Amino acid sequence: MTVTPEELRERVRALLASHDPAATGRLDFLRARFDAGLAWVHYPQGLGGLGAPRALQGVVDAELAAVAAPDNEPRRIGIGLGMAAPTVLRYGTEEQKTRFLRPLWTGEEVWCQLFSEPGAGSDLAGLRTRAVRDGDDWIVTGQKVWTSNAHNARWAILIARTDPDVPKHQGITYFVCDMTAPGVEVRPLRQITGEAEFNEVFLTDVRIPDAHRLGEVGDGWRVAQTTLMNERVAIGGTALPREGGMIGTVAATWRERPELRTPDLHDRLLRLWVEAEVTRLTGERLRQQLALGAPGPEGSGMKLAFASLNQRISGLEVELLGEDGLRYGDWTMTRPEIVDFYGRDAGYRYLRAKGNSIEGGTSEILRNIISERVLGLPSEPRTDKDVPWKDLPR
Amino acid sequence: MSADLLYSDVENDLRAAVRGLLADRCAPADVLARCEDDEPYDAALWRTLAREVGVAGLLVPEKLGGQGASAREAAVVLEELGSFVAPVPFLGSAVLATTALLAAGTTEADAAVAGLAEGERTAALAVPLPSAPGAEVFAGLRADADGVLGGRVTSVADATAADVLIVPATGPDGPGLYEVRTDAPGVALSVPVPLDLTRPIADVAFDGAAARRIAGPATAAAAVERALLTGAGLLASEQLGLAQRCLDETVAYLKERHQFGRVVGSFQSLKHRLADLWLEIVQARAAARNAADALARDSADAPVAIAVAQAFCAPVAVRAAEECVQLHGGIGMTWEHPAHLRLKRAKADEIALGTPGRHRAALAALVELPAAG
Repeated sequence: MTVTPEELRERVRALLASHDPAATGRLDFLRARFDAGLAWVHYPQGLGGLGAPRALQGVVDAELAAVAAPDNEPRRIGIGLGMAAPTVLRYGTEEQKTRFLRPLWTGEEVWCQLFSEPGAGSDLAGLRTRAVRDGDDWIVTGQKVWTSNAHNARWAILIARTDPDVPKHQGITYFVCDMTAPGVEVRPLRQITGEAEFNEVFLTDVRIPDAHRLGEVGDGWRVAQTTLMNERVAIGGTALPREGGMIGTVAATWRERPELRTPDLHDRLLRLWVEAEVTRLTGERLRQQLALGAPGPEGSGMKLAFASLNQRISGLEVELLGEDGLRYGDWTMTRPEIVDFYGRDAGYRYLRAKGNSIEGGTSEILRNIISERVLGLPSEPRTDKDVPWKDLPR
Repeated sequence: MSADLLYSDVENDLRAAVRGLLADRCAPADVLARCEDDEPYDAALWRTLAREVGVAGLLVPEKLGGQGASAREAAVVLEELGSFVAPVPFLGSAVLATTALLAAGTTEADAAVAGLAEGERTAALAVPLPSAPGAEVFAGLRADADGVLGGRVTSVADATAADVLIVPATGPDGPGLYEVRTDAPGVALSVPVPLDLTRPIADVAFDGAAARRIAGPATAAAAVERALLTGAGLLASEQLGLAQRCLDETVAYLKERHQFGRVVGSFQSLKHRLADLWLEIVQARAAARNAADALARDSADAPVAIAVAQAFCAPVAVRAAEECVQLHGGIGMTWEHPAHLRLKRAKADEIALGTPGRHRAALAALVELPAAG
């Protein structure tokens, strides 16, 4: 079926007529919106969508924003929306899709991602968390790390090793893990900023029913690619005005505080201003290509560019501030739900930006990807490719 | 309205036509051989480009005999000319001189531009190649009430390929633009040995040369400024084309070259250098397209877009050419290999129409980031 924008507007009007946001509880409204197929219109009917083109979501969002209807706070549940949901949709059974997607979308159930481990970062497929079959269950033991929102999460997407006797990519299986199950222990992971955005998650004999497996046994690596592809799509994607990023903060300080200016800082500020503007234009060009349905390889470069730029701009900002650069807002271990570069001081920006070249693919791995997939240079030697996981040196 | 940073179908077709011609007629060995010849410019190639492909009149309205295209199309041509370091006077004649004449807006200037657009004649704008937008270029040359020129201008690009010079000079009533043939009495070109072998420069002395005034104080200064801005903005596309070619050639070479029993391009240190260079070129493309588009739309933001493009693209071209030499190893250091032609062009382009530092200084004023003190 094809849905026109006018039909979508009609459905929104019907939703608003039956569930006036002013008179309906927030959660009831969101559930009704999901059931009306207006949650994510490109999802199938019955799962919050209408099987409509993804591009039409904007029509619904605009109509609902116009009447100030409550939304599902997408920044708070980004991992569920951006990573878990597409994977459940693609690989889940009908039962799993029906059980998980509605409360995921409404935000009633927060999701987190149990992928990285202390011994498996860039080499994620080397992970060692074990899942052993026991009747209708799997028993999972291991340690995961860099888990945003684990302390708020009801569910996790988890990859674990189910067969150590085959090469690393082949012995992995993908599960949905109940974060309230016995044996799941979440500890805050404090970062160099003082706060704890992330967690360590210790799994000790955690029982996961086989009914919560996503995809086939041993096919977890392929399933995880869906999750990771959606993560990369989400990074570096929004349009910015000139001076819209960190450079705007430094430029404002420069204009407001002439006493801080030196010739050296001026030169470096201008160089970074140029680079920030060019990087902004590069993102704009990428979006123009995507709008034509012709994504270029430029996408893989954007994260690399932003990481380096943010680090150098925030470094300059601390230096520019001089005496104020010696002071830090607050080292108290807080637990922010979203990362906000601008709500805090320059020292925070400087320290948090260090993560930009590590999280979501290190800059070194990204350079490998660009040189191999874009430039066609030879791959790094993969000495572990055909070796059973249990025999790998570690 | 925001900038269109992509290439249109028309632009892609134009690129294909220029590239096809250059691939046939502008092989590295030919360009190299010409460098030590008495005729550094390829006049036959320029005639084909100018008359058959129509590149000489891209910026010129159809009513004046041109193609009625825009800076966007001229930028695509410059990408290809930069890629081949083609020895033709496109920048000097079809960009700098043509833009100055168009902006002068007089009947005399329109008449002069028509000949350029049709490829009958080639012109050069008599300003030093390093002149950045905003440079004072009228002070060094004088003209009397009859248009007789005196004085000297150095490092004029594409002058030796030109039939006529468009000369900014100070006349009795202020700045003016004058037209004079390069072979007119009282015009003396001396040709220094250029760093950039594929875009020669000339010092020009005027001693009682009888010229024709084609624009007076009302438009002359603005016309030259418009030419310098346009030249600087479009030079970014030449730098982009050159940088992309350096990367492509280097990647191709590193896929073939073996040392230590493996393809040299498999060494991670080299892969990462090339990934970084690729990213800079991706960024340079956005900057160069933005400048060309701003010029084509006559956007109020054009001065910023141009300063950004020059400040960014000039060093990228130099770095690409330097990496090309280094990563080719010994062969990259030889006269026989064309890598040096691109290195010399890239380094000269870094000085041309304002160094990156001058463009950053211009930007400081444009975006209100004042210097210290």
